Amino acid sequence: MAVTEIKTAPLKEVETEQLLTGCEAIAEAIRLADVDVMAAYPIRPYDGVMQAAAKLIANGKMDVEYIVADGEHSQFEIVKHASAVGSRVFVGSSGVGWFYAFEAIAVTAGLRLPVVAICGNRALDDPGAFGTEHNDSLAVRDLGWLLPWAETAQESMDLALMAWRIAEDKRVSLPIAIGLDGAFLTHSQQLVKVPVKAAVDEFLPPYDLGDRLLHPDNPITIAPQVDQDWLMEIRRQNDAAMRSALDVITEAHADFKRIFGRGGDSPFLDEYMTDDAEVVFFGQGTLALPMKVAIRRLRKQGHKVGLVRLKWFRPFPTAEIVKSLSRFKAVGVIDRDYSFGSPYYGGVLYNEVRSALYSHPKRPTVVGFIAGLGGREIEQPMANEIFEKTVAAGRGDLTVGDQCHWIGVRA
Amino acid sequence: MAVETAPLPQIKGVKEVPYEELFVSGHRTCQGCESALVMRHMVKASGPRTIILGSTGCMYVANTTYYTTPWVVPWMHTQLGAAGSAALGTAAGLKVLMRKGKIKDEKINVIAFCGDGGGADMGIGAISATLTHKEYNCLVLLYDNESYANTDIQVSSQSPWGAVTTFSPTGSKHRIMHTRWKKNMPGMMAAGHPESRYIAAGCAAYAVDLMNKIRRALELGGPTFVHTLDPCPKGWDYHPQYSQELGHLAVECGIWPLYEVVDGVVNLTGPTRQIAEGRKKRKPVIEYLKRQGRFAHFAPEDVEHFQAEVDKQWTEWLIPGVIPFTIPQKDTRILNIDKKKPLHAEAVA
Repeated sequence: MAVTEIKTAPLKEVETEQLLTGCEAIAEAIRLADVDVMAAYPIRPYDGVMQAAAKLIANGKMDVEYIVADGEHSQFEIVKHASAVGSRVFVGSSGVGWFYAFEAIAVTAGLRLPVVAICGNRALDDPGAFGTEHNDSLAVRDLGWLLPWAETAQESMDLALMAWRIAEDKRVSLPIAIGLDGAFLTHSQQLVKVPVKAAVDEFLPPYDLGDRLLHPDNPITIAPQVDQDWLMEIRRQNDAAMRSALDVITEAHADFKRIFGRGGDSPFLDEYMTDDAEVVFFGQGTLALPMKVAIRRLRKQGHKVGLVRLKWFRPFPTAEIVKSLSRFKAVGVIDRDYSFGSPYYGGVLYNEVRSALYSHPKRPTVVGFIAGLGGREIEQPMANEIFEKTVAAGRGDLTVGDQCHWIGVRA
Repeated sequence: MAVETAPLPQIKGVKEVPYEELFVSGHRTCQGCESALVMRHMVKASGPRTIILGSTGCMYVANTTYYTTPWVVPWMHTQLGAAGSAALGTAAGLKVLMRKGKIKDEKINVIAFCGDGGGADMGIGAISATLTHKEYNCLVLLYDNESYANTDIQVSSQSPWGAVTTFSPTGSKHRIMHTRWKKNMPGMMAAGHPESRYIAAGCAAYAVDLMNKIRRALELGGPTFVHTLDPCPKGWDYHPQYSQELGHLAVECGIWPLYEVVDGVVNLTGPTRQIAEGRKKRKPVIEYLKRQGRFAHFAPEDVEHFQAEVDKQWTEWLIPGVIPFTIPQKDTRILNIDKKKPLHAEAVA
């Protein structure tokens, strides 16, 4: 009997579109970036990424030294030290777990080690709550961590791939923590374009610490006691690195767009229906989704309203924000966080935005909203209230003492 | 220039100790500091192909001043409670980079050190975890000067019963403020981590013994643990010239037994072995206590209590000086279980 020989071409890796959660999208990024060491410890909701990554390792899809640590402090210390000997690393946490690691988080930035983490944003105990709140990530805002926030599963993966490139760039050499809204993003499935390894290799150069590598061939002493003699000079270097990060992010964003064809116009801001807008909402993370729904509805009613979504909270893109927001009459800043006792009792983002706009001659009215804490949905009546108050503020109807509002709170 | 990692054979006598110094001048440790001597012996034993991780404590703050580092080998600071994690992360990083061919595949010794505060108090969890990760080669060395000596001599879980520290002063109402017995750290590490191939208790007063313990830990590989008792002139309140003598006395009085646990087998070493074998008489603890200002407030009954507790380690412990627990008289038969016979043989039959 004649046998027909079927010739098969070797399987060619092609870009696929998969239904992934934010956590699973990050796990795919870990695989594509050829991460060397990652350390896990359970806390919801970030740990979905470790579960997804563990499955990829178990199935032989990637080769990562995967350590289950005895706590978040150990988790962050393990990757910090692995990074110092030249390993590309990944780690993450959520809520109070993030705070348990706080000492290690602080020194990682001080050491200028390019650890890439996710913070699956979660309300802090007590009392317990699983849902989104940004105070965990925001607690490190002054320490030298770069803090981007993702809106979708696709953006989670894209930001992760960019994160290693930006963090490991010698002009930056600072850690990055990507904010993923707990549950809304960490555990919601969306269609995600998963690129091929060759394209990622083109985008992401290998990790090279250069003369800062800890190795017997390069016997350096890292982080000795410097005291008042040198600490200010070293802090100033961290400040310079954070300043250069703006350019490095812009470069990485442009290159990412060239290779993968995604990323939007600006690396820092995502504007939605702002061209003719008089009033805009301003916020970060997944609250963009209900606000976009509200904008489409309000526009049908004839209101000129839009959304400016912040993609990088640190470094704070001050110039871009001033340029964008000074075009509008009023800005409603929506904080999924709190900052008790702060100026006007506003959220963190509110006060940062106001501070950025203060010296601009054409600054818009800024009104603050604290909403969606603990993972509470931002529903359409709440969006209406935010809109109405922002418009009123633009008209000058709100007094100075009436700058910040809690939205959707039972009396 | 790359240097090949030399094997680390056991040192037979002081004449075989390497000349090469890898912990040199530049540090600011106190006169008579035994912990600094431990650092010197440690890295002399491990050789130049070593990475040291130093957690916060005397051996960080006093030892590693910017521009005047005493470390010839690569050295990196780690946090107070992070010696275990630093060792693990460094070892894991090296291992994966060698596996993936990103760096040369060779033996690099990884040693993380911590003080008694960093190791036996804050960092005990991370050290314990590290000792269960048997696929990584790293040594955690705990240098124990029995107080938070860097921050002003505060009491730690390794401070001896009754000792005066700045957190446990003696006063007119309370003669003894520190009423906790010293945590049995090496015994706990040995008993609790069956897959760690090497756990030891050493002392810089027995330098060759200590260097051999460091070498055996690194040669056997996997995660290992060495605990040294380091007399501290500042914290223990004695003249710096007596550091070595106090190290000898701690061992000879049976307060600090020297031993190693190799693959689960306990070997007593130095004078501890001689005492256990009846070749040397254990000295009374007063010989040790009376030499130190931190015990100067002791009343006779305090000395008696101290002696009684040390005696208990030798007369009542399951393994003298190493593992506590006693067995009720009526239950001594459980020590005579037929180990070759499966426990459930009868049930199976």
